[in-house]
Amino acid sequence: MSKYNLDYLDELEAEAIHILREVAGQFEKPALLFSGGKDSITLVRLAEKAFRPGKFPFPLVHIDTGHNFQETIDYRDEMVARLGEKLIVGYVQESIDNGKVIEQKGKNASRNALQTVTLLDTIAQHGFDACIGGARRDEEKARAKERIFSVRDEFGQWDPKRQRPELWNIYNGRIHKGENVRVFPISNWTELDVWNYIRREKMSLPSIYFAHHRDCITRNGQLMAASPFLNMDDADIVTHRKVRFRTVGDMSCTAAVESEADQIDDIIDEISASKISERGARLDDKVSEAAMEDRKKGGYF
Amino acid sequence: MNILKFFTAGSVDDGKSTLIGRLLYDTGSILADQLEALQQSNRKNDDGTIDLAILTDGLRAEREQGITIDVAYKYFQTGKRKFIIADTPGHIQYTRNMVTGASTANLAIILVDARNGVVEQTIRHSYLVSLLGVSHVVICINKMDMEGYSEEVFNTITENYKKMAAKLNLQDITFIPVSALKGDNIVHTSEHMPWYQGTSLLDFLETVEVTVNQDLHYARMPVQWVIRPQTEALHDYRGYAGRILSGAFKVNDKVTVLPSGNSSVIDRIEIFEQTPQEATAGQSVTLHLKDNIDISRGDVLVNSSYLPQRSQLIEADLCWMDNKPMDDSITYFLQHNSKLTKCKIREILHKVNINTLEKEETHEFKLNDIGRVVIKTADELAFDLYTENKANGSAILIDGRTNLTVGALMFRAIVE
Repeated sequence: MSKYNLDYLDELEAEAIHILREVAGQFEKPALLFSGGKDSITLVRLAEKAFRPGKFPFPLVHIDTGHNFQETIDYRDEMVARLGEKLIVGYVQESIDNGKVIEQKGKNASRNALQTVTLLDTIAQHGFDACIGGARRDEEKARAKERIFSVRDEFGQWDPKRQRPELWNIYNGRIHKGENVRVFPISNWTELDVWNYIRREKMSLPSIYFAHHRDCITRNGQLMAASPFLNMDDADIVTHRKVRFRTVGDMSCTAAVESEADQIDDIIDEISASKISERGARLDDKVSEAAMEDRKKGGYF
Repeated sequence: MNILKFFTAGSVDDGKSTLIGRLLYDTGSILADQLEALQQSNRKNDDGTIDLAILTDGLRAEREQGITIDVAYKYFQTGKRKFIIADTPGHIQYTRNMVTGASTANLAIILVDARNGVVEQTIRHSYLVSLLGVSHVVICINKMDMEGYSEEVFNTITENYKKMAAKLNLQDITFIPVSALKGDNIVHTSEHMPWYQGTSLLDFLETVEVTVNQDLHYARMPVQWVIRPQTEALHDYRGYAGRILSGAFKVNDKVTVLPSGNSSVIDRIEIFEQTPQEATAGQSVTLHLKDNIDISRGDVLVNSSYLPQRSQLIEADLCWMDNKPMDDSITYFLQHNSKLTKCKIREILHKVNINTLEKEETHEFKLNDIGRVVIKTADELAFDLYTENKANGSAILIDGRTNLTVGALMFRAIVE
């Protein structure tokens, strides 16, 4: 008899690679949804481990709200060039120009909700049957309920009451035409696991994750990067702060935290000591108690 | 540091969600903004304290009804270990969700209400734990505060449970008297029960051994994907990618490919850019063989000196998970790791009444029914018995009309 005992990061990594290979084996046209954030960067690293020295059996797909941090876009383009993999970009601006969505107005306007439409259009246009994403169950209570293979109907909707049981490590990816599966290989990772993995793998990240000086305003009690994408008026006072971002989303809805952490060890220390959850810095979750659940039901990532 | 996966079972209102909430709360795993949201919630205990159960009830419908509908996964960590909790519903109509949570767990926590003792639900949940072969069981006798923290109550329930459990195949049972509401013996040892000499629940969870303990002979790796770059530089590269289900593979091991039966020898093991001499259960690897043989997704690589069972006719325990009853006249899909084949239910041997554990004759299988069947598969399966090798002894059934996962199968015997 012999005993095996994988370290937790090795175990999480092996599970995620297994899931990525199941996607490759079970679907005709998968895609990896890439936002430029640390979770999707981790997914890309895991895809390298799952499929190299072969090519990825899927393209990377970025839904560009047009309100991204430039640093994220630069990072994305460098990464795609290094990998030699295909990138498909869906533009929210195009959905606006086509009249498929209407830009929100007012002080708290954000394109966050609009990207669902662009995402669903991009999925339909390319006929993707599986979309791999970097969501984690520890992020939010509705996500804690989600399967690793999460079936969405032809409208992209998630129905929490009609989820398939997910048993052992067997994933059922069979779907009807028009449906697609959202696949979450790092479901079982926590925010800290992702950071520890990034450190272990010596992965590079967009610079906004690290402390830097930036013009900010305070809105709804949160620090926001001052940018042309925010509807600012005379009441908004711009201050120069040393900040970093815990999540990377749209500039209009991702808040910064004041921080001195300019390297990964410091970030890990900071998160370990933090009393605020990662999603505490996302205004989009604060709309109501079921904000995330409602958005996911509507087809949100 | 390693990971312990556990799930909680118990009747509705036995306090499963409260217990998990208490574990998270007392280990400092709840952050300030989450705590603030809790305090703003309308759901409060009678004495005005926070209702910890809402931490796990993530869906609107769950919060409305105050019950858990679907499995929720929660994560926390102490200095000693990482934990993944599957919070599974206790309602009888959600047996399938409990089976889901139990299928990947190393340990089960079964809650017993100190006021009610061992009830039908306790038997049912214990049976499921035994059926799924979960290695460790902790019986948390909860709401001890409502029974005056009585040692006698604890002892009576413990004795009754042991009597019932004698009929089951449970391996390692531990009893802990707790109050999830008040926090007794969950994270902190209780001052109210000086007669209890054991550890707190958290202490136990932190120290119970969870290493995969499996015979090296059971080397099994289903092929998920063939890596074949076909570039000039890597013209002859042909790697078989998969996750090792059980056992270990070493360079120079003789391996057999099933179902073809062809053999070869392991030339190289790759884990991304590393080339270890050996890889073991749980690792996702790429194997290279000395000979070029026909291998594709759905095949399984096994140690040649210890072959699995091979058959198209298998006796299996079946848990039915769909609202639509089983139909033995139609063909289902069976997914066994990366292998997908068609199958039919040839015969229903019996159904288990999971409240009395009696076997009953039946001609139908409805939602949440569990029993034994004989299945006939279109292709031969290479499998092990569930008792010997869970990972290679389990499969799911899929209804091709709806694509839903409708059954969980645990292989119990070959039909000669």
